[in-house]
Amino acid sequence: MAEIQQNSGGGGKGGKKRAKKMSTKIDMTPMVDLAFLLLTFFMLTTTFSKPTVMQVTMPVKPKDETEKSEIKASNAFTVLLGENNKIYYYDGLLSTDTKPELKLSGYDANGIRKELLARKSNPNLVVLIKPDDKSNYKNMVDILDEMNITDQKKYALVDISNADVELIKSSGL
Amino acid sequence: MTPMVDLAFLLVTFFMLTTKFAPEEAVVVDTPSSTSEIRLPESHVLTVAIDKDKRIFFGVGDDEIKSELLRTVGAKYGVSFTAAQVQAFRGVGASFGTPIEKLPALLNLDSEQRKLVKQDGIPADSLNNQFIEWVVAAQSLSRKQFSTPAYIAIKGDGQADVPTVKKVIKLMQEKNINRFNLITDLETKPVAGN
Repeated sequence: MAEIQQNSGGGGKGGKKRAKKMSTKIDMTPMVDLAFLLLTFFMLTTTFSKPTVMQVTMPVKPKDETEKSEIKASNAFTVLLGENNKIYYYDGLLSTDTKPELKLSGYDANGIRKELLARKSNPNLVVLIKPDDKSNYKNMVDILDEMNITDQKKYALVDISNADVELIKSSGL
Repeated sequence: MTPMVDLAFLLVTFFMLTTKFAPEEAVVVDTPSSTSEIRLPESHVLTVAIDKDKRIFFGVGDDEIKSELLRTVGAKYGVSFTAAQVQAFRGVGASFGTPIEKLPALLNLDSEQRKLVKQDGIPADSLNNQFIEWVVAAQSLSRKQFSTPAYIAIKGDGQADVPTVKKVIKLMQEKNINRFNLITDLETKPVAGN
């Protein structure tokens, strides 16, 4: 305001000329900076907002007991998910007369994965996954993930039986 | 520089318009990670969230079926909703965990107040199984509206207990839903054989 007053006092012509000399171009750099910032933000958020999923297909419920498929003990490999992130496993099936040897393992690369890879030679192998009631959902996802990592095609989520719980208890592992 | 700026703004506008912000979740769920690289489909998703306190939350992604779904399930339990409540369900329907009797009260609140409400999960026991009603109603509406069944996404907390997850899966198996998507975080794949 002060300047305008001064100019009008000193003579209109000179003031007008100075104003006309001002460049019409504005500095676009900050605007472009902002534009690219927004661009990067939206680009990154669109791709990363979609979560990944793990697909699980459960068997269709058999209409009666006879439709249930039996597996041979030689092809069975049972994995028990226990409390405190413990994994137990045994070969074969558990029945009243045979007690397989229970072993303890973990979720790390040297744990259950090694055992699964060691049994890859048997193409008919079926892995029975039995999560204990005290295990958590992360354990379940981890073991299903191990199936994907080791490329194990046949596996099933099965309810844990009382005999399995007893086996864990009596083994003391 | 002008053409570049033009292009930059074009892209900004494009991404701004296409981005759909993740709907607000009623519950904080810390999902475990897996090496699976499959992405969740964008539409026709029913989300079942299970938190570490064994609460079950349900959510529908598609806005088109939300109001119809609310009326269907409401009618089954004799709960009626006003037009304003149905309108409010558009925002809430993406993730909620309230028994149907308490749903009108929740819908009457504004969005700020709603965040403060502690929802106690959808009942899913054998006496009062509202959870499966929601799933079945949403599934049949999805079939009718889009002529494809919705994907079932299970979003479990890493600390959620297995019995609850198994219960949810079993309930849906009984309704002949056998395909599930477990939502996980991405983790780098280790080299098998090492």
